[in-house]
Amino acid sequence: MGRTLAEKVWEQHVVRRADGEPDLLYIDLHLIHEVTSPQAFDGLRMAGRTVRRPDLTIATEDHNVPTVLGPISDPVSRTQVETLRKNAAEFGIRLHPMGDAGQGVVHIIGPQFGLTQPGMTIVCGDSHTSTHGAFGAIAFGIGTSEVEHVLATQTLPAYRPKTMAIEVKGELPVGVTAKDLILAIIAKIGTGGGQGYIVEYRGEAVRKLSMEGRMTVCNMSIEAGARAGMIAPDETTFEYLRGRPHAPTGEAWDRAVEYWKTLRTDDDAEFDKVVEIDASALTPFVTWGTNPGQGAPLGSAVPSPEQFADPVERAAAERALEYMGLAAGTPLRDIQVDTVFVGSCTNGRIEDLRAAAEILRGRKVVTRTLIVPGSMGVKKAAEEEGLHEVFKAAGAEWREAGCSMCLGMNPDTLKPGERSASTSNRNFEGRQGKGGRTHLVSPQVAAATAVTGRLTAPADL
Amino acid sequence: MDAFTTHTGRAVPLRRSNVDTDQIIPAVWLKQVSRTGFEKGLFAAWREDPSFVLNDPAYEGASILVSGPDFGTGSSREHAVWALQQYGFRVVIASRFGDIFRNNSTKMGLLPVVLPEDVVERLQDAAEADPKTEITVDLMERQVRSGDLVASFEIDDYTRWRLMEGLDDIGLTLRHADAIEEYENGRQPWLPTTV
Repeated sequence: MGRTLAEKVWEQHVVRRADGEPDLLYIDLHLIHEVTSPQAFDGLRMAGRTVRRPDLTIATEDHNVPTVLGPISDPVSRTQVETLRKNAAEFGIRLHPMGDAGQGVVHIIGPQFGLTQPGMTIVCGDSHTSTHGAFGAIAFGIGTSEVEHVLATQTLPAYRPKTMAIEVKGELPVGVTAKDLILAIIAKIGTGGGQGYIVEYRGEAVRKLSMEGRMTVCNMSIEAGARAGMIAPDETTFEYLRGRPHAPTGEAWDRAVEYWKTLRTDDDAEFDKVVEIDASALTPFVTWGTNPGQGAPLGSAVPSPEQFADPVERAAAERALEYMGLAAGTPLRDIQVDTVFVGSCTNGRIEDLRAAAEILRGRKVVTRTLIVPGSMGVKKAAEEEGLHEVFKAAGAEWREAGCSMCLGMNPDTLKPGERSASTSNRNFEGRQGKGGRTHLVSPQVAAATAVTGRLTAPADL
Repeated sequence: MDAFTTHTGRAVPLRRSNVDTDQIIPAVWLKQVSRTGFEKGLFAAWREDPSFVLNDPAYEGASILVSGPDFGTGSSREHAVWALQQYGFRVVIASRFGDIFRNNSTKMGLLPVVLPEDVVERLQDAAEADPKTEITVDLMERQVRSGDLVASFEIDDYTRWRLMEGLDDIGLTLRHADAIEEYENGRQPWLPTTV
């Protein structure tokens, strides 16, 4: 019987297999940031161990960094960033610190440098590592104990997850984006729907997505509970990679492409589970609740908890509406927001900024609007295209690279009771600041919302 | 990590689903570079509500958390496990767990126990009816027992053995250093390095 993409990549990385034990899996690339690594480096020092492959490891500063120029004012954040600098220096790990041209959100810079390639295994102490699966890599988030394990051994003991196919039939209608697609998928299968699985996104609509759109989709695999998301590499993937600093060149490129072309699920392979979704029926999608599965088409209304047959879902909806300060039946388009955030590892790439700029060009924002490039490289590219001038002319704030308002670890936060339309990945209670209320949206919906102050699709303008 | 064989303690019923790791330990607590002191941040936002179950003195000293489904979803932060352990929990029982949280727990010796939702609710009912109700979580027998309730749970042999022995994963892997080196010698030549 044939094998799935996930099975092929997994098998290629098994260092050791023994009955009754998890596989020992080799890790091709280990991404590091300041938040989940300090205790791992401490562990190494305490045990007298070293980093096995600093040459397969790269570090950046992203979660704590302010997105306005200047030093980190919070002393605790500053200590954490300084700790990463000391650890990187002590163990010989390449680091892109604040202010460096290569600095940025960890999941933006891997693909940008061409370090993320098809068929690799990639880990990071960050759940959104699933982003890199867009290249046909197995990429997943790990905790600090496993960060230490990878530093010491360049391997991880792991059982191979089950495989799930998400077949996206048809084409996305004009104005419907990769973000709308993944939000609709999560609403369909639920936040636990992917638990124990590696998801492969397949079908015509997925093939037509750009690499950046594919990264947006894979990025949020974890929000459906999946350990990883993958998309088989194709010409779109190869075109994106060609010429990037760490991509192979010359004869090595040809050999790599030849191998990468084998990285697709065989026609006779079987998945443990198959889910189908009709892309052609989708419209812009937003969340109304406090988990990423609580979403609905923008053209609909806040649901009533009574609509949920499952008592657990009903109770969750009741609690979510209370936290979000929303009444059932309110049209989603009537929801007023205080802040718009465009950025994060989900939607902080150049295409996302272009999409937002296209809508903001010649218009004015009526809310606080933060536009945060995912990396300094993205920032430079955007400025070369003049996008920053579009944002500034519209009254939006053009920031430095970082995780920014995706999570409450740096100065970009919501105040209690404030409501955002955000291109990030999590609408959990307090995620963007204690008491803050988050609606997850695409960059297009975010920009249109900034213009009206209410959740709005570009077509509504 | 501490070895885990069997544990008997009182339980806290947490009747919420999708308890994500941002709720277990809000991000502001993640700025610490040490491994200690996270008990203060456990459910920090929810604990501001006097009616939150952890604020009920009847549950003081409880060591088993019995939660609704999808416990530990979201962020990979192992700090969530540290916070639960440092607060005094040895076991979390739920019908579904986030994969990364579950993995992190077994690395640290916090036992995640998956039981069917109706059994979880019976345990919650019992702990609510009488907060002194004791639950025994027996890893050797793969069983949860409380009063006349006996429920089996699944855990793979390897993880169970590692938990019962309190073994350090890295030490186990380094026994296979030769296999790792051999694998490295055969890696595809075009694979990138960060240098």
